[in-house]
Amino acid sequence: MESYRTDPRGTVEWWEAERANVILNLPEAERSTWLRFTDTEREALATHDYVALFELGSHNFLLLTLFIALFERDYAEPLAFQHEFAARLSRWTVPYPDIST
Amino acid sequence: MATVAAVIASTHHPFYYRASTSTGADRPPFADEWVAKIEAFRQTLTMARPDVLVMVGSDHFHQLWLDNMPQFLIGKAPFYDANYYNEEREFGLPRMFVHGREDLSAYLLREGLDAGFDLAFSNELRIDHSITCPLITLRPEADLPIVPIYTNIFAPPLPQPKRFVELGRTIRQLVEAWPSDDRVAIIGTGHLSLELGGPRQFGPHGPDPDFDRQAIEWIASGDLDSALAKVSLESLWLPGNATHGFMDFMLMMGAAGENAKADHVDSLDLFHTMEAYFTWYPKAPDEERR
Repeated sequence: MESYRTDPRGTVEWWEAERANVILNLPEAERSTWLRFTDTEREALATHDYVALFELGSHNFLLLTLFIALFERDYAEPLAFQHEFAARLSRWTVPYPDIST
Repeated sequence: MATVAAVIASTHHPFYYRASTSTGADRPPFADEWVAKIEAFRQTLTMARPDVLVMVGSDHFHQLWLDNMPQFLIGKAPFYDANYYNEEREFGLPRMFVHGREDLSAYLLREGLDAGFDLAFSNELRIDHSITCPLITLRPEADLPIVPIYTNIFAPPLPQPKRFVELGRTIRQLVEAWPSDDRVAIIGTGHLSLELGGPRQFGPHGPDPDFDRQAIEWIASGDLDSALAKVSLESLWLPGNATHGFMDFMLMMGAAGENAKADHVDSLDLFHTMEAYFTWYPKAPDEERR
């Protein structure tokens, strides 16, 4: 999390190379071979662009939890980051982008 | 046979622990009213004198992931460690340790499978705040054994609302038929309208106060017909993008019974959710004593 905060592009490259294909409950040697980000997804992650990630259909709960971990500490007032997050998505009304996988 | 001592449904607000334990300038202005409501709610469980708690909640992608996502899962383990790092960091929740009740878990799994629910199970479940928040509010001693039941309200495709209701009915029937002298409280937590990770999050009220008012009426009166007629997997996106957690309330309505009026109903309009608390006594505690 700290490396993603300070070096998002490098961390995304490392994660895609080393972690993305590791399957929970399987030894790393049994990793999958085919998972990769699209260029659009990779760029959104590398630039901390949570609006783009929302629009790409990231799961809303995971997206919020991830970005709270990254940036909530930078705001003096309680929930200030969460309010900014909401404001940056304010052009959206339902239906939101599809989060199904 | 076992006695269903109480059926209890509530929201599970992860900020309650921090709000209720904070002091001085850190204590939010709504904390005292919130604590008073929770203490009254806690009394409804205490009065029921339970021996074991069946607890319905939903893993928040902590242990159950997209490689292997069960729709309904029962924990069967002698112990459960509880809460995760992000819940400590974000909500200030403590690590917890709870005893399980394996014989009731095994019974519910066997009988639930035979009743038509292809239930998943876990012998190594770490529970999260959907189970520990009601422990903190209702039984902070965490001294009773539990059977955790997880539902998928997060990762589409989800089971239909009617399936949650049917599972609640089945849990109630199975507990009533459990060959035991124990007193069982069935406790489940979910959400009313809720937005997380979207443009309506953390507003001055829940994202859809009209839905919340309607939902509280349905739950308090046991109006399953109206709830099932008005609620669908599609409609639940409208009040807020995390509102599918309302289906855990529908499960608890199934456990409480058709048209069962709740014996305790309370709510609290917080800054971004409507908190709501319901208890049903299948037999009133004073009636049992007679």
